[in-house]
Amino acid sequence: MFEAIAFYLFAALTIVMFTITVMTSQALYAITAMAAGMIFISAFFFILGADFLGAIQIIVYTGAVMALYAFGMMFFDTTRDVVEKRTNPRIVFVLGVLAAVMVVAIVVAPIVSNNIQALYPIHPEVGNSQAVGMVLFTKYLVPFEVAAVMLLVAMIAGIVLAGKKMDKSLTLMAEEEIEMMQMNNPAHLERGEH
Amino acid sequence: MEITLTHYLVLATVLFAIGLIGVMRRKNLLMLFFATEILLNATNIAFAAISHYIGDLSGQMFAFFIIAIAASEVAVGLGLLIVWYKRTGKIDLDQMTSMRG
Repeated sequence: MFEAIAFYLFAALTIVMFTITVMTSQALYAITAMAAGMIFISAFFFILGADFLGAIQIIVYTGAVMALYAFGMMFFDTTRDVVEKRTNPRIVFVLGVLAAVMVVAIVVAPIVSNNIQALYPIHPEVGNSQAVGMVLFTKYLVPFEVAAVMLLVAMIAGIVLAGKKMDKSLTLMAEEEIEMMQMNNPAHLERGEH
Repeated sequence: MEITLTHYLVLATVLFAIGLIGVMRRKNLLMLFFATEILLNATNIAFAAISHYIGDLSGQMFAFFIIAIAASEVAVGLGLLIVWYKRTGKIDLDQMTSMRG
């Protein structure tokens, strides 16, 4: 009973928050509603018994990803209204058909999947974090290491892309000025001299 | 009144459809990134629900890797977006037409 109440409450809250994110024309409303929706999604993970996943959802999504978006929005002009595009009706039609096919597949899926065997069954005597650790560091060790390398590459790419020339505004300079500066003296900008 | 797997899958579909609407109607690239985050979160809910109802931990593992991919996507995407904004002053999709054929 309580599970049903919690499910419907958080489902309604999540749908409302993500609808605000998608429909609003203010970037700040969008990011705030997005962060709230992420926290509400972690409630589903706690209901489903995936405690570790819920904690990761709060820490990584609302802690790191949303903070990164908020940091990135400092660079952009967020006060003006976001302009919407006029969509091609053919694309909307194709995507609508795809979404309908997906709903049919979801309704059919439990019928097909009745004979699925659990590869890594959940043992009730150990906690969720312990079970996740045992499976992650035995069966999924190689994907785990590959994901670590991928995160390292993404971190270096982020530093290289965003960290350079923080003290210069390339928007206020002309195109030829930027090219001349890069050709003449590449180290000039990084030291921040004039 | 019991919550079954179908409830969670229908919720994931609704959230996925909301993200799809966002991808279709947004022109601002930052808003487009928000919509892709919604798409990834919808699949995460579906994975966690299947993991719970089948009694298998693989679904949660896939959800972890999806979170890692989303984090790296945000880092690289925002870096590129900042560089583009510094060069042009705009982050609208329609104005990225430098490669004219």
